[in-house]
Amino acid sequence: MIRYIIRRLMGAVLVLVAVSFVTFVLFQLAPALAHRSPVYYYVGKIPPSAAGLKALEHRFGFDLPWYDQYWHYIRGIFAGMTVSDGDTTTHCGAPCLGYSFRLNSSVDSLILNALPVSLSLAVGASILWLVGGVLVGTISGLRPGSFFDRAGMTGALAAVSLPIFFTGPLLLLVFEYKLKWLSNPAYAGITQDPVQWFKSLILPWVALAFLFAALYARLTRANMLDTMGEDFIRTARAKGLPRRTVVFKHGLRAALTPIVTIFGIDLGTLIGTTVITETVFNLHGLGLLLITGIRQQDLPIILGVTVLAAVALVVANLIVDILYAVVDPRVSYS
Amino acid sequence: MSATAIEVSADVDTRPNTFLSVRDLRVHFPTGDGLVKAVDGLSFQLERGEILGIVGESGSGKSVTSQAILGLHKGSRAQISGEIWLDDHELVGASEAEMRHLRGNEMAMIFQDPLSSLHPFYTVGSQISEAYRVHNHVSKSQARRRSVEMLDLVGIPNAAKRYDDYPHQFSGGMRQRAMIAMALVSNPRLLIADEPTTALDVTVQAQILELLKSLQREFESAIILITHDLGVVAETCDHVVVMYGGQCVETGAVEDIFYRPEMPYTWGLLGSMPRMDRERRQRLTPIAGQPPSLIRVPKGCVFNPRCAYSPRVEGDKCFTEHPDLLDTTPGHGVRCHLHPEDRRKIFTDEISPKL
Repeated sequence: MIRYIIRRLMGAVLVLVAVSFVTFVLFQLAPALAHRSPVYYYVGKIPPSAAGLKALEHRFGFDLPWYDQYWHYIRGIFAGMTVSDGDTTTHCGAPCLGYSFRLNSSVDSLILNALPVSLSLAVGASILWLVGGVLVGTISGLRPGSFFDRAGMTGALAAVSLPIFFTGPLLLLVFEYKLKWLSNPAYAGITQDPVQWFKSLILPWVALAFLFAALYARLTRANMLDTMGEDFIRTARAKGLPRRTVVFKHGLRAALTPIVTIFGIDLGTLIGTTVITETVFNLHGLGLLLITGIRQQDLPIILGVTVLAAVALVVANLIVDILYAVVDPRVSYS
Repeated sequence: MSATAIEVSADVDTRPNTFLSVRDLRVHFPTGDGLVKAVDGLSFQLERGEILGIVGESGSGKSVTSQAILGLHKGSRAQISGEIWLDDHELVGASEAEMRHLRGNEMAMIFQDPLSSLHPFYTVGSQISEAYRVHNHVSKSQARRRSVEMLDLVGIPNAAKRYDDYPHQFSGGMRQRAMIAMALVSNPRLLIADEPTTALDVTVQAQILELLKSLQREFESAIILITHDLGVVAETCDHVVVMYGGQCVETGAVEDIFYRPEMPYTWGLLGSMPRMDRERRQRLTPIAGQPPSLIRVPKGCVFNPRCAYSPRVEGDKCFTEHPDLLDTTPGHGVRCHLHPEDRRKIFTDEISPKL
């Protein structure tokens, strides 16, 4: 087990290095494709004189080979760096993911402000969809063809088909503008005002969970159907176990194991990618930060959020791998 | 002429106090294509301490029968009629709660593939303990002691330590031993073994059969051994039911079936069994044709499309009239339109020399 975890951990570190490298190189290549000095994407303006541009490019290290530039970037993350757009010079302390001159803030503090919002959104929604999806899927899978199954699966089909930019505004329209159950649901940190935090997030949770719950319901149903046809379920019944033990201890345990994997990866993917939900509900999370970065062609922000999203996914994957070994004794055995 | 011989229908159980008695069992599954008659009018008896072999091809209704006895079709769409008597319990009409009490306690089952039949996420020992604790009010440590004892009994070395192993850490033979331990943990009086050796390699097969036999002597339980392997039957069983197309086509003591078989299908089974004492250049004789569709069962005798002897029956009785299972000698029932005398003559003259 320990060896398995160490192996996974080393794998995760390798993936992180590879991901950060590929992302960095891609974003260094992009300006060249646009025939524009990379300086523009870092500071938002091009110095009028060619000499000034040259000096700035030199200061950012754009005249160095790509591997030196990558090294520069990595060193910044661990040791911090000093950045300048020619007029102002700032020190960006470790962990420095770059500096946005247009927002006048280091990327890491931008991310640090946005991360709690994104985390709250992803974690809250995931709990909702996990409980809802697994519940509907289990009941449907145990009684295939029943009224509940048909209704549930039709509902699931509808839910997967409806995009968040439809369900989101619909929820807002009904609960905020018509019923007026939620007035002014502006985001507040969970530590500052838990009630306000909950009020600001309940609709985005529901909108996001609605979509994912549908996927999980279908997945759970399929797994449950498969599992209940397994030989070991027949054995459990042949032992004379009561039905609920057969279903929950033997059936659900096996049916839910693959869902653990998918859940972890979905949750990891969601951090930094809930762009539409954050836009619809005006939540200043990573998704909205990313959009801001893209709109103003602010490369450090895009790079920072992308790398963070990748880190979130890799970490989620790692946790899932370890969890899977705990849940399924066959995994760590070799 | 044995036309005057007393022919007692084996369908009617006249023996009192039979341990297990299956009477006119029918298990039908409604499907989109039609009604699948997996078991259609099956009757047999089994006494305590006996081993009954049920043989037949895939799809002849062997496994469906065994699962019907355990009541595992309850809650599915299967339509079951007839009677199954275990002592004085009638099982076909019994409620799920009654069946649950009997399962694992009075009757237990071991299955073909021990790997897929054990839950991959629980240790072997905990699965045996679980089976014991459903029917016996004992503490976890008592159940553990009992399970280790059972594992030891079925020949798992170092049982106390292997208790905490997962099924994938056991070899195939050990898994089947563990399944046997699980089945016998509550001392059931009836054990149904559904092709217990099919998934195992030959050397292990013999060990498992030997184990079953010795445990049966020790526990005085009755065993139903379901198999398509006639060698296993010859070695293990006291009585045999030959199934074809969901029906019993021949039944009797194991000697009747191997030395005096009278049903053409049984001849075919015996002819397709490889034997060491046969000359090498002789080929195995397969039974021509396919097993019957259980949705459109042939009219008349179920075996008629594959039977080489139907021309020897006067008229087209084989194709119009369903033969009854009639005793040819007491305890030896045959479902065939051929005249008993003709059958015996065909067997001694044409079949026996080729076996």
